[in-house]
Amino acid sequence: MNHVAARVKPRYAGKRTRLDKPELLAPAGSLEKLKFAVHYGADAVYIGGQKYGLRSNADNFSFEEMREGVAFAAQYGAKVFVATNIYAHQEDLDGVADYLRQLESVGIAAIIAADPAIVETAQKVAPKLEVHLSTQQSTMNWQAVQFWKEEGLPRVVLARETTMDEIAEMKTRVDIELEVFVHGAMCSSVSGRCVLSNHFTDRDSNRGGCCQSCRWKYDLHADEQSVMEPGENLFTMGSKDLCMIRHVPDLIDAGVDSFKIEGRMKSIHYVASVVNAYRQAIDAYMADPERYELRQEWVDEIGKAANRPLNTGFFYSTPGAEEHIYEPEEKPAPYDFAAVVTDYDEASGIATVQQRSPFRPGMEVEFFGPGGRQFVQRLGEFTDEEGNPLTVARHPLQKIRVKTDRPVAPLDIMRKRL
Amino acid sequence: MIGEARFGMRQPADIAQEELEKAAEAAHRLGAKLYVNMNKLFRNHELEALPAYLRAVKAAQVDAVVFGDPAVLLNAREHAPDVPLFWNAEMTGTNSSSASYWGRRGASRAVIARELNEEEIVDLKAKAAMEVQVQVHGMTNIYHSHRNLLESYMQHLGREATLIRKGPDRGLYLVEAERPDEKFPVYEDENGTHVMSPDDICLLEALPELIRAGVDSFYIEPLLKSDEYNETVLRSYREALDRWHRDPEGYAFDEEALENIRRLQSPDRELGFGFLYKEQVY
Repeated sequence: MNHVAARVKPRYAGKRTRLDKPELLAPAGSLEKLKFAVHYGADAVYIGGQKYGLRSNADNFSFEEMREGVAFAAQYGAKVFVATNIYAHQEDLDGVADYLRQLESVGIAAIIAADPAIVETAQKVAPKLEVHLSTQQSTMNWQAVQFWKEEGLPRVVLARETTMDEIAEMKTRVDIELEVFVHGAMCSSVSGRCVLSNHFTDRDSNRGGCCQSCRWKYDLHADEQSVMEPGENLFTMGSKDLCMIRHVPDLIDAGVDSFKIEGRMKSIHYVASVVNAYRQAIDAYMADPERYELRQEWVDEIGKAANRPLNTGFFYSTPGAEEHIYEPEEKPAPYDFAAVVTDYDEASGIATVQQRSPFRPGMEVEFFGPGGRQFVQRLGEFTDEEGNPLTVARHPLQKIRVKTDRPVAPLDIMRKRL
Repeated sequence: MIGEARFGMRQPADIAQEELEKAAEAAHRLGAKLYVNMNKLFRNHELEALPAYLRAVKAAQVDAVVFGDPAVLLNAREHAPDVPLFWNAEMTGTNSSSASYWGRRGASRAVIARELNEEEIVDLKAKAAMEVQVQVHGMTNIYHSHRNLLESYMQHLGREATLIRKGPDRGLYLVEAERPDEKFPVYEDENGTHVMSPDDICLLEALPELIRAGVDSFYIEPLLKSDEYNETVLRSYREALDRWHRDPEGYAFDEEALENIRRLQSPDRELGFGFLYKEQVY
């Protein structure tokens, strides 16, 4: 008997009992980001390959890097998925079968696909590769979910328009894994149903060319006149970013199988911080749902990496005026990645860190690691690897030796306030 | 093609369920076919209405149902068997394999994305064993959101939302700062916010190429146009198609017909070939 499941309050009518912990699924824009995502607690990561993904500007993975990523993830029992979520034109489809076979052979667990041409090819040529239906298919009702189940797909990534109650109903009616975006940037359009980039810049948004025209500023005209008065903000379609850290129990109770974090283009600091927060919230709720309490540290943790205002999307109501960004500009995240710990000598209390952005002696920084370990550190004098004192850590990737008040571990992150 | 906002997106006007039969009769009397648009993406609570509507569609002897959401496909199999199904997933109908995929699941026609170029259209038609429909005239939807973006903006400005009357043809446009000459029609209805292209596709000149490619259906989008405009456009394409079929060898493009459309064309909106001769990058 699973005591955890028995004690979960049936918040949603007809919800099934949760026996299993939902998966935390994180983006990984590069091999290095993959390692951080997994180390900080992701159960699975999704990456892009050289082709067929929707982030044509991202630092995408070669097959060799995928192999290494899969091996690294396996040490933690984590899986690697590949986004092949374009809507293909004819020219893109040559070679797709070979590509999918390659993904299967390097140990990728699943692809995330929208185009039925890719779904079907994968089922045919790479049977060990799971096919997850991408959010780009905009699946937002239980019968559509049922359809994809009948087509043999083990998992559907729901449209971002789906509400909490609708998810719970889908879960009750169809026995299939549901993956849901819980954090990150959102299309304000129905995913896939936007070709603004195609019209503005001849870049195909559904093949990875999106130039985020929805976040541009527009003048709204009514009857040949602008509705705007001097000093007022222009119209935009740009949405605030999704953040569900305050609502993890609702998501678990509704039956969400995979908590998906958006952001293959985001920084290591961002991915580590966000994964860290959700990991702790999910673990805490599953360990003891009755005594679960949202911890302010998780909310703060996310705030340290966020560069846009946050909201809860469609989960509880249709986004309105407060859920869009009309103000002039986005602020940078309040903290920045300063260094990563590569080694720690317990005897001397000295950490070796690799520089990611400049820092100086005397600066107040924060060290953090998986599981919410963190502390504030006033940096004392530090040296390079040869022991030469430095007045500033100026060089990217330079190894620095610095004393810390508390023990740290490799892959812990040192961040600084901006 | 007719429909109502409960089931189909961006119809110029709603034709109610009770009128389907009359509409089908009227069309059939004139030797025309009548299709019903059900291309919406449905939510759980909207599914309930599908069986009755599909039964009404079948009873009215409508010639086809247009769908994008697989939920319509599942319901149609059960409640309107034998009514032909046209697959229209708007921007996402981009290759012959996906068209064929829906073909094998019951669709007899694929309505293909307006963002394909001629080479892609020709190739798609050659490879997909089903009818292919191409939009040849009018505006296209380029952005669809389930958010009420205009209402939200009015709230943000602290204005009454009354400025934003629901439905198409309310004279609302978006103008992007660096493109002052392009006006993007925008409107809200019960299905969310729709942004439309700033120019109109006009493939009258390219008809012979599309006919030779085997395109089965040429669609004229009437949305946000006057009756006079739509009649003129329809007549021009009708006449061109008829002339071609009478004598393909002797067919020549009728500049006059295009001129007639141009005379009624809003000066704000260019007539163009859409993506027919474009290369896109990504």
